Order: sequence, then structure tokens, then C-alpha cells
Amino acid sequence: MKTTLSFGDLTRQFAVSLRILLVTVLICSGLYTVIVLLAAQIVPYSASGSLIRSENGQVVGSELIGQQFSRPENFWSRPSAVSWNAAGAGGSNLSPASLAMRQKSEKLLGSFALKKGETVPADLVTASGSGLDPHISIAAARFQASRVAHARGLSVDQVMRLIYEPTSGNVTIPLLNESLVNVLQLNRSLDRLKK
Amino acid sequence: MSLLFVLVLIVPAFLSWPLGLAMTLLIDPCQNSTYGRWTSGIFSKTGGLAAVEEQDWKSYLFSMLIFNIAMFAFVMTVLALQQWLPLNPDGKGPLEASLIFNTAASFVTNTNLQHYSGEASMSYFSQLFGLMWLQFVSAATGIACLVALARALGGKKTVGNFYSDMMRTTFFILLPLALFVALLLVAGGVPMTMDGAAVAHTLEHATQTIARGPVAAMVAIKQLGTNGGGWFGPNSAHPFENPSFFTNILECSSIILIPMATVWMFGRITGRMRDAAVIFSVMMALLVFKAGAAVWLEGAPATALSGLPVEVVSNLEGKELRFGSGAGALWAAVTTATSNGSVNCMHDSLNPLTGLVPLAGMWMNIVFGGVGVGLINMFIFIIVGVFICGMMVGRTPEYFGRKVETREMTLALLALLVHPALILGGTALFAATTAGAGTVLNSGAHGFTEILYEFSSSAANNGSGFEGLGDNTVPWNIATGIVMLLARYLPIILPLAIAGSLAAKKPVPVTAGTLRTDTLLFGLIILGSVVLIGALLFLPVAVLGPVADHFTAIVH
Repeated sequence: MKTTLSFGDLTRQFAVSLRILLVTVLICSGLYTVIVLLAAQIVPYSASGSLIRSENGQVVGSELIGQQFSRPENFWSRPSAVSWNAAGAGGSNLSPASLAMRQKSEKLLGSFALKKGETVPADLVTASGSGLDPHISIAAARFQASRVAHARGLSVDQVMRLIYEPTSGNVTIPLLNESLVNVLQLNRSLDRLKK
Repeated sequence: MSLLFVLVLIVPAFLSWPLGLAMTLLIDPCQNSTYGRWTSGIFSKTGGLAAVEEQDWKSYLFSMLIFNIAMFAFVMTVLALQQWLPLNPDGKGPLEASLIFNTAASFVTNTNLQHYSGEASMSYFSQLFGLMWLQFVSAATGIACLVALARALGGKKTVGNFYSDMMRTTFFILLPLALFVALLLVAGGVPMTMDGAAVAHTLEHATQTIARGPVAAMVAIKQLGTNGGGWFGPNSAHPFENPSFFTNILECSSIILIPMATVWMFGRITGRMRDAAVIFSVMMALLVFKAGAAVWLEGAPATALSGLPVEVVSNLEGKELRFGSGAGALWAAVTTATSNGSVNCMHDSLNPLTGLVPLAGMWMNIVFGGVGVGLINMFIFIIVGVFICGMMVGRTPEYFGRKVETREMTLALLALLVHPALILGGTALFAATTAGAGTVLNSGAHGFTEILYEFSSSAANNGSGFEGLGDNTVPWNIATGIVMLLARYLPIILPLAIAGSLAAKKPVPVTAGTLRTDTLLFGLIILGSVVLIGALLFLPVAVLGPVADHFTAIVH
């Protein structure tokens, strides 16, 4: 047991620290990462980012990452404070009690042709935390169905049915009974329908 | 909703019991056991005698500080050289000097305050070999210091060896747990690849660059080690860090698991399980109260939308839908009760009064708290509680059979005052000058809260942020860097000094007049000293920030 701290002790402690530093770096950063990487080879699709490809093999997006849809014939994603930039994600960080948030919401509401007495589902007016939320609520999809059907020349019933198809990325949150739909997958099944 | 509470709060509470036992056996083994001899053998081959010899509390702290200085220097170097180092598929450029200082200070101190956005600034090498490595060893440093404190309070003159404790914690607790969680995350859809960003051609013929990387490995340890520094800017709100309802439950319960288990470990090492149960109950009561308050307050709709033709539901600004309603507020409460600081929704966009819940968590900083250090902070409140009771009955206060006297109380009060002094001093300075006031996104009381939150988060070594703040400036980087360093090491050094000083005293026999610290009554006393001291110190700023924000919002 040592109680006095000398210069010799200082250099000795530094030498020990450096050796232990190297060992922990090799194991925690090297070995650990390699093991997880190797295990991830079992699920190559999700391990590389759940990328969705078109028939000709081109990447059209990621199942997990929302993208921008602004044409009337597509379902629109939730608003994004970062314009769906998947290399610089983020939220609006606006206070939900602020004037800035109210003005932003009023502007967004202008993009929907609202009938009198109609209300917009809240997820279509509020920016997601990451700016990349891939989902909208079922209510938000139903709200957009008539616009999409009209722009595509389909019947509203056809579009509504599609929202509930599992291939459109329809998910139910366990315990809470909230249902969501994946916007990219939904729009892709719309595209497939046309052919 | 109630099932969500059970999954995130109650399940880890049950798991913490066996984990606490495992931690005791693996970090504080009997020196004659096979495991104890085997590990000591390896450690002495790695680091020589200095890595295994018994130390008193001063030498223990000295080794801890030297190792932390080495950690700091190594990561400063890695970050400063990242443009020339390997594993940089997206060609990330150099980082600004004050940001390097801030980031190194932040991860060495287990804070993980991030003034950068991971996917925009950091190479894979910096993330894995700099930041993720620190997420292991900084967490292990905190746990090791708690083990030393527990040994001293258990009456030992020597408190073990820092290097041995730190390595046992890293290799036999943190690594296996992180590996387990990382594999579950991979199965849950979190990316794990060394490829650079993918380029997508979207359905509407735009180009979208999708940043990715070995995300699962880092997310696992950032959740488990009360670190909180994510791979991506929006942390666990990002779909790649947290792709589903299930990964959200896993990550949220991982936050609280080890902090809970350290309480039982403390009880076992000191040999006072009843005391540990009292401490655990106080922390659990505060946690359930905080979580309940947050979920209830966040159930209110955003006031900015009132009167607009929008469906009235709970506030969704800054939230992700896949976690379900209530999950954001629950996480916010848990991540600031512990000093984790990861987020799954944007705290700046929480309803004003909900924002008070994470702030209060960071002000108290003892509701399980950071791994190891949360309980060390609690120890100070216990000493204060013991002292107050002793004064009331006119007896010299005692804790674990040792007299608490002037020297211990001086140190305890110093330790107690470091935290509010750093938060209130820093907030005052930055709110009054353009260094802070010029960087807020929201105006008025909410802007003040952004500054208050940043200093609270730094001083609590939490690391979450009201991200609207433009905090990557030289003044912010330097100020919060210094706050994080002081707020990490002073509250470790001072309590260990108290414990060392207590251990050096002759034990006094237990009599009928001894204040028992393992009773419900004493639990209420700790609760009282935590709540009263926290409330008295921070009530004025709470009124100036979130409360004023709430009432002005109702007016307009």
C-alpha cells in the first residue's frame, strides 16, 4: 500500500494507464465491433440500412427513412424540419407554445384543400423528431386518400383498401392500438397497382 | 400505457436484483476465488503490480485521475487527426479546436453532450475508437469509484485497486451486456455496416443521401452506460438508432438497468442490504412520480395548435409515431433521472411544463443517476440527512457506525454546492451576455430555458439538450466543457474523501439512541432533504423558465 505520491509514482501510473488504455481500446472498440459486425451478416438487409431497390436494382430509399413526397398522386410524409435530409437529421426544436410554431402550422394547413369543418390529423402538421419519420397514422393516410385517388384516376375505395394491405407497410403498435402505415411502401404499392 | 410503465420501469427493477449480485461477484470478487486470482493474474501481466496492488482512497483517486487524463488525451488526438485516420468512408473533414475539447470532455466525463451531429461530422474511426471506447471506460470509472466508496464505508482502510475494478467492470459487466443488447438491436433492424452513406433515387426523382454505419454497437453501450451520445444527431429519435416499438422498449429499459443494480451492489459490498433497500425505494418513488408527471403533462395538445383545424391529440411536435404516444415523455423522464441523456423525442418541443420534469431530474441528479456516480451523489444527501437528524436530537450524527463530524460536513456541503453553483452561475453568465442570449432559437422564457437546460445537462453529466440552442460556438464549447469536468470529478473526489475520513475513525457501538438509517422513517428524511434542497436551490429559475413559458403560452 502506498500513501505518498511521488514523481516516480506519477510516471509509473501513466505507464500503466497507457498499457491498459491500449488493451481496452483493442477489446471494446476492436473485438466488440467485429463480433457485432459478424453477427449482423445473418441479417444483411437490415444491417446495411433496410434499403429498398427498384426492379432494376437501383436504391430508391430505406424502409426506415422517410423521404419527401410533394406530388398530389403520392401520400405525403410528416413534415420534416430538415427537408428529409438523411445525412443531417433533426427536429424543428420549436416550443409547442410558441408563435413560430403556430405560424409554421398555419402555413402547412394551407397546403391541404380543407373542406369546412374538416380537421387535419395532427401528425401531418407536426414535424417529427428526426425529420425522417417513415410513418403516418392510418387517419393521416385516409385523410389523403381522396386526393391520391383523384390524381391517379383510381377509386377512393381502391386506395383505402391499399392502406390496410400488409405490403403497404401497415403496422399496429402493440399495447396501444395505434395503427401506422409506411409512406414509402404505401406509395410503391400504389405505383405497382397502376401497371 | 400502464403496460409500457411496467416494461420500462418495473422489469428493469426486478432484473437489477440478480445483476447487482453478479456485479458484486464480478467486480468485487473474493481474492482467493479462482476468478479473482485468474483476473488478477491477467491484470498484473497487463499493467504490472500497479494494476493489482491494494490502494488507499487517495492513491485510488490518483490512479483514476491519471487514467482519465490519458483517456482525454487519447480521444483529443483521435478527434484532431480524424481526417487522416482510417475508417472514414464519407471523407469527414477536420473538427474545430473548441469542439474537439468539448467533445473529449463530454465523453470522458460520461456526459455525452454533443455540440456536433454525428452523421455530419464524425468519421467511423472517431465514433468507434474515440467516443464508443469512452462510453465503456467512463462508465466503468464511475462504477469503480462507487465500489471504492462502498468498501470504505464498509470499514476497509484500503479500497481496492482502481485499474482492477475498472477492467473487471468493463470486461465482465459492460461488454457482455452491451454485446447482448447490440445483438438484439441488430435483430430489431438497427444497421451495423462499415459501408459509407447510401445514395437513393427517390420515387419523386430526388437524390437522398442516407448516412449509416456500425450503429448497433454504439447504441447498446450508450444506453447501458448512462452515456447517451448517439450515432446520429437526433439520437434515438432517428429511425436507424431506434427503428421500432420493440427496440424502443429495449433501449429505454437499458437506460435504467445498471443504475438500479448499482444500489444492490452497494448494499452487498457494505453488507447493509436494508440500507440499500431504503435508498432504492426512495429513488424508485421519485422515478415513478417523475415518469407519471411527464406522461400526464405531455398528454396535453400543443397550445400553438389550439383553434386551428387540427385534430386534438397529445403534443406530437418532435415525436416519432412508431414508439406510440407517451413513449417520448416516459423516456425523457428516465433519461434525466439517470444521467443518460439520450432522447427519443426532441426535448425542446416538449410542452413547457413537461420540460420541467427533465430539468428537475438533472437538478436532483440522484434518481438512480449516472452509473456509480448517482449513488455517490445520493451518499451526500444521506450524510446531510444524518446530520440534520443528529442536530435535532442533540447527538453527534453517525453513519454506518462512524461519527460524522465537522470535517465530513464541510466536504459534504462543498460537494452539495458544486452542482447548483455551476448551473446557476453558468446560466446567469450566459443569459446576461450575447454568448448565450444570441444563440437561442425560441424567444422569451423558452429561450431562457434553453440556456438553463444546457448548463443543467452539463453539470448533471447528463448530455441531453434543448437542441434548438446554437451551441457549437467557442464560448459554449469552452464553458460547458469546463462545467462538465468540474461537475464530474469534484463530486467523486469529495465523497470519497468523506468515506476515507469515516473509515479512519474508530467504530462506535450501536445503542438505543443510534439513528437507524435502514428504516422507512430515514427514507422519508432522505426524500425530504433531496426535495427541499433541490426545490429551494432551483425554484427561482424554474419559475423564470418553464413556468413563465407555460403561463405566457396560455395568454396568447
